[in-house]
Amino acid sequence: MERSPHFTADLAHLPTSAHGPRSTTWWGTLGFILIEATAFALAAAAYFYLMGQTETWPPGQSPPDWLWGTVQLVLMLASLWPNLWTDRVAHADDLRRVRIGLVVMSAIGLLTLVVRAFEFGALNCRWDDNAYGSIVWVLLGLHATHLITDVGDTLVLTVLMFTKHVEPRRFTDVTDNCVYWNFVVCAWVPLWALLYVVPRLV
Amino acid sequence: MSARDTSARDSARFIRRDGPALGEAETHARLERTWATPPGLWGWLSSVDHKQVGRRYIVTAFVFFLLAGLLALAMRMQLAGPNQTLLTPDRYNQIFTMHGTTMMFLFAVPVMEAFAIYLVPLMVGTRAIAFPRLNAFSYWVYLAGGVMLWVAFILNVGPDVGWFSYVPLAGPQFGPGKRTDFWAQMVTFTEVAALAVAVEIIVTVLKQRAPGMSLNRIPLFVWGQLVTSSMVVFAMPAVMVSSSMLIMDRLIGTHFFNPAEGGDALLWQHLFWFFGHPEVYIIFLPATGFVSSILPVFARRPIFGYTALVLALFATGFLGFGLWVHHMFVTGLPHLGNSFYTAASMAIAIPSGIQIFCWLATLWDGRPRFATPLLFIIGFIVIFVLGGLSGIMLASVPIDSQVHDTYFVVAHFHYVLIGGAVFPLFGAVYYWFPKFTGRMLSERAGAWNFALFFVGFNLAFFPMHILGLIGMPRRIYSYPAGLGWDDLNLLATAGALILAAGVLVFLGNVWHSLKYGLVAGDNPWGAGTLEWATSSPPPSVNFVHIPVVTGREPLWEEPNGLAAVSGLRVDQRELLLTTVVDAEPDVREPSPMPSIWPLLSAIAVTVLFIGSIFTPWAVVWGSIPLAVGLIGWFWPKSPPDTPEPVVE
Repeated sequence: MERSPHFTADLAHLPTSAHGPRSTTWWGTLGFILIEATAFALAAAAYFYLMGQTETWPPGQSPPDWLWGTVQLVLMLASLWPNLWTDRVAHADDLRRVRIGLVVMSAIGLLTLVVRAFEFGALNCRWDDNAYGSIVWVLLGLHATHLITDVGDTLVLTVLMFTKHVEPRRFTDVTDNCVYWNFVVCAWVPLWALLYVVPRLV
Repeated sequence: MSARDTSARDSARFIRRDGPALGEAETHARLERTWATPPGLWGWLSSVDHKQVGRRYIVTAFVFFLLAGLLALAMRMQLAGPNQTLLTPDRYNQIFTMHGTTMMFLFAVPVMEAFAIYLVPLMVGTRAIAFPRLNAFSYWVYLAGGVMLWVAFILNVGPDVGWFSYVPLAGPQFGPGKRTDFWAQMVTFTEVAALAVAVEIIVTVLKQRAPGMSLNRIPLFVWGQLVTSSMVVFAMPAVMVSSSMLIMDRLIGTHFFNPAEGGDALLWQHLFWFFGHPEVYIIFLPATGFVSSILPVFARRPIFGYTALVLALFATGFLGFGLWVHHMFVTGLPHLGNSFYTAASMAIAIPSGIQIFCWLATLWDGRPRFATPLLFIIGFIVIFVLGGLSGIMLASVPIDSQVHDTYFVVAHFHYVLIGGAVFPLFGAVYYWFPKFTGRMLSERAGAWNFALFFVGFNLAFFPMHILGLIGMPRRIYSYPAGLGWDDLNLLATAGALILAAGVLVFLGNVWHSLKYGLVAGDNPWGAGTLEWATSSPPPSVNFVHIPVVTGREPLWEEPNGLAAVSGLRVDQRELLLTTVVDAEPDVREPSPMPSIWPLLSAIAVTVLFIGSIFTPWAVVWGSIPLAVGLIGWFWPKSPPDTPEPVVE
């Protein structure tokens, strides 16, 4: 039989889950956030590039109506408060409050999807009108994809927290989900400015 | 058996963690039960073992390498003489497009990632890759994308507008049919796979290193893969954005690249090369990792200039994003911009030069043992330096304007890509084959393999420099006699055949050695990094005990055996997470069991991607099975973990 190695430390006392940068999922989430932020940045760069190709911007159209995009902005910024609260109670492994937070965040998420549908209706252009219409639809669509996936993720997690599967690691999932929602909101601020403010400035 | 022994064995039954209380044989057996992939087809399809997934990736990538190589031979046969009619112009267009596309998207990047998938967890001393199910998913998605492209090609719907699919040729007006759409969607498949692997590698390197492997002790191969993966994160989204725009222009009437409606063809080139140039370094940096791993072992001294080599990797990673416009010098961009990109393109020679000098110094000061892996590395140094020199020439706008779209460029990028990546890759196969399979490749066949490769490669590609300088353009399916191109083309074809003979020797060597090769043992080359601390091939669990690292070459520094840490579960899959900088033990994290859901999710993705070539509604309806797949994937499979009833 092989000889046992020299053991320098017994790690049995280490925890089996941890929040934030101590866990792999946090880093994985960060990785995907970087990937998606790069995609947003490149799409935004394409917006400016196309803007530089034409005399007037938007070319012969009205900019998107203010209302729904700005409602979305206010709603999302306001959602940061319950989101950060959920993050905090998840750090404390407080199941009852986590459930409340997730239900609230699910409701807010569904509401943002409804507002997003109105936003598409108020763009004042179609994707096949011209390059301006194309990039506006892609930017809004790209962000909508993030909304849909994150709301879907939040809904599944909410259901999960009402089942027998609750264990310490699930609270880590909740905090990572909160991090991702922060990113979706943060991404919307410059995109909102790009879609609603920039066409009115040029 | 004494009563004391029986009582010790009884209490051992309740021990659920490794350590001195559990004997070696028992630890090994329990870990094997916990970590083994179930046998049979189901087990094969649901495997999440990074070694199995890595092997599949390597084999699949090499199959694509052979297929693309056959296409290269077909082109060389067509061009061996003037006015040949072996291939029609249309078929030739598809063949050169498929050759480039397959080599870049289905071979070069995946094979480098494949080596990372297999080796990085072993080199950092952990039991699994981070996110093993995502890893399995990425392989299936990659496989589906590659098969889709090749089936399209066989059905005469292969892409035919070059591996970079320039618009307007690739746009809806000049590229009717579905050929370009298959290309664009293949990009989506392979980039999803590559991005997933990049995140896995980054997290594995940052969080799963063995205790003691602080940043300044990370093996250079692992550094190379970390920098490469970070480049993937920032580069690949560009090609996904641009290929999605292209497919939308073609399918739903957007106008990104249509100048008549405010679009612009150069937007495509900017986005494509913002990905395309870093892509070269995404292929090259892992190869430098091979070189930095192999050289010290065969020079029999630690690598010279470890810190300089790590800094060179980072410098290359940053500068690689500042060069893309040198692919666009003839598109009429402002002169000032061109000068900037010329300077950046020349500047990247500095970190490459630092690496070359460090490697030469390692060899110079060592006692080289000229085994096959080292032969390939020396071949790499010679060929890559030549390719680098022609690269410096091409960075100059006046020269580039003259030789743009000629065979000079073809010669240059084959020198940097085959010289810079394929030679180190073959060295890496010879070097790590014993670890992968437990058997050595034949050294004699290896020497022949190298000689045929080196001679064949230079005969095939050196004449192309001259052909380019005397005016032979790229992407022509035939040429008339009397232009002075005939002999050099014939020579290039002869070289290609010799190169192909080298590949045949390699295949024969692999085939034969798998059955009859010398049994390797754990560390046949006497190397110093952790992958050689475990058996060949490694057990499912990788390491029976998590090793403790005390230097850059742990096995050289601790010849009497590595120390280890204890306390990880043996009845559940558990990893040790350590801190990012100092690699101090921090968390014991569970690792997933085998699962069929990654495969099912990959099938759903495949249906969605292929469907969206034909109708945008595929995105809507296809997202439903995908959502089901992903929920099935993430839904917990077992009841919550009970508190550990550990008896110690």
